[in-house]
Amino acid sequence: MGLATLFEGTRAEGRAALVGYLPAGYPTVDASIELLKGMIDAGCDLVEVGVPYSDPVMDGPVIQAAAVEALGNGFRLRDVFRVVEAVSAHGGKAVVMTYWNPVHRYGVDAFSRDLAAAGGLGIITPDLIPDEAAEWMTASTEHGLDRIFLVAPSSSDERIASTVKASSGFVYATAVMGVTGARDAVGSAAAGLVARTRAHTTLPVAVGLGVRSGAQAAEVAAFADAVIVGSAFVTRAASGVDSVRELAAELAAGVRKAPTPIG
Amino acid sequence: MSPNSTAHQAEAPSPHDPDERGHFGPYGGRFMPEALIGALDELTAEYDKARLDPEFTGEFARLLRDYAGRPSLLTEAPRFAEHAGGARVFLKREDLNHTGSHKINNVLGQALLTKRMGKKRVIAETGAGQHGVATATACALMGLDCVVYMGEVDTERQALNVARMKLLGAEVIPVKSGSRTLKDAINEALRDWVTNVDTTHYLLGTAAGGHPFPLMVRNFHKVIGIEARAQILDLAGRLPDVVTACVGGGSNAIGIFHGFIDDADVRLVGIEPGGHGIESGEHGATLSEGSPGMLHGALSYLLQDEDGQTVEAYSISAGLDYPGVGPEHAWLKDTARAEYRSVTDDEAMAAFKLLSRTEGIIPAIESAHALAGALKLGQELGPEGLILVNLSGRGDKDMDTAAKYFGFYEES
Ligand SMILES: Cc1ncc(COP(=O)(O)O)c(C=O)c1O
Repeated sequence: MGLATLFEGTRAEGRAALVGYLPAGYPTVDASIELLKGMIDAGCDLVEVGVPYSDPVMDGPVIQAAAVEALGNGFRLRDVFRVVEAVSAHGGKAVVMTYWNPVHRYGVDAFSRDLAAAGGLGIITPDLIPDEAAEWMTASTEHGLDRIFLVAPSSSDERIASTVKASSGFVYATAVMGVTGARDAVGSAAAGLVARTRAHTTLPVAVGLGVRSGAQAAEVAAFADAVIVGSAFVTRAASGVDSVRELAAELAAGVRKAPTPIG
Repeated sequence: MSPNSTAHQAEAPSPHDPDERGHFGPYGGRFMPEALIGALDELTAEYDKARLDPEFTGEFARLLRDYAGRPSLLTEAPRFAEHAGGARVFLKREDLNHTGSHKINNVLGQALLTKRMGKKRVIAETGAGQHGVATATACALMGLDCVVYMGEVDTERQALNVARMKLLGAEVIPVKSGSRTLKDAINEALRDWVTNVDTTHYLLGTAAGGHPFPLMVRNFHKVIGIEARAQILDLAGRLPDVVTACVGGGSNAIGIFHGFIDDADVRLVGIEPGGHGIESGEHGATLSEGSPGMLHGALSYLLQDEDGQTVEAYSISAGLDYPGVGPEHAWLKDTARAEYRSVTDDEAMAAFKLLSRTEGIIPAIESAHALAGALKLGQELGPEGLILVNLSGRGDKDMDTAAKYFGFYEES
């Protein structure tokens, strides 16, 4: 599948992957497509296409404001498939990141079917834990999508073990306890969490929450298989495609500076 | 019945408990970020121990009696009942509890648990401000730091309660995102919790949220129903035909309903805020008008659009202005053990004035919804009927809203 190939490639190059996040429909559906294409062209190995949601409890002010703007500009859930399709047609790889209620409302199987048809590779689920994911386990298998669950510094080893067992594609490690947003320092908890996660799986481990510069990307790339950047891209998106490309290029150079720890 | 045995009975495992992972039928569970699951597990483990520990239930019972002033009275309302088809109406007087509403029951229970877990900081959300005031009160009593998130709209319509919380030593943070009401206050409290979970307990104010909150909050409020059942048998000589309560997140309703849940002949009727009328689209009638979905950690009924975006609720009452509802109510609705209907702002405000003028009791506008429901239920039941209303709180906090609504400021 797409994600496995992606990580085989980056591992062969001895580097971490760069994953960029942007909400679909921010600031408009068409503009978000252009921004995502720019991110891919400038070096994002994978994009996370966010679903703007009314109650984003895991997000800080930047992504909250972007969701409000996207919804205000008329974003509809089905637009996410158009965005993913455009990314795929452009030669990019995309997963969707979404709070679970929109998927539940659309129908878990129907959403999976339509995402797979659009070329999407999987879903990152910030408020769905494997314990509640029976329907998603079935639908993802049926439609060939990867299940990217999250682990956190507060996760017990037992929970990490059961979460990675339910995961495929990669595992999303939240570097710090808190909401999304760029930070000056990436949490020191991140490296420890990645090590604890690796004890239970050979799946790639991606680290997100807080990265905003090439130097930070290099720091994270030293111990993770992928560096996820969200709020920093969303902030740049307000000033247009060139600004987003510039950040992607800086981060792409960053992930190539540090040798990745595993082969 | 002694307060000790009431508390013990309320906390005892029951056939109405959810499954191990917090499901009431298909509802409930935990639709929460992984980062909070550890805290929910810790809370569940602590609560599971505490509910069986006589030291905990004994201390809880002592606080309910010596601090909150329980048992609360059961008062018959005969002059009010003349407008309810002549049915007899009894009021469970949660308005007489310390801090003026039922909210204190849950808050004392959770504050005790916070101490058991060794946490020093408490956060809470509040709509009407009653839960915020109760939380600030318990934190003052037990020496805990307290931060209350409150929607900016609500800080304006419940200014008196903001002042009370500040006086009690709490920090009140106005929430400016989204609808700037209860829903967004909960979002903001969850964001704080995920950041500070090591030191902080989130003292959720209603029987909603991820497991174990719906179970635990319900049990802390069961005392309402246990007392009321004994009191009405004593005063009226029989069980009521109907037990009714307002439903915001559902805590006062679930607390009184559980006293009667095994009495198959007693109808349980929850009254939701109909706002400007269901047709107007401006209401908070989640169970009557919503559909299954998740918000704030549980699967339940929800006001949502076609895309699963939460729709903003509206009610004149800040405490009922919420697009979600606790998961056990969703299950009680689907199994038809309880019924849910709505009354409008205008009907609630008419009942608010009526109770004030016929009985000399000024109810909270939240509770006035249950009273308006009782007026209609009384018409349906006729003179033989016996209705128990949960008067969940007192109306002092609502004087500004009421004075504006009735035009008292213009008269003077
Ligand atoms: C007096 C009173 N009654 C009822 C409510 C509604 O909450 P619940 O449905 O959880 O009882 C509130 C909430 O603030 C309240 O203050």
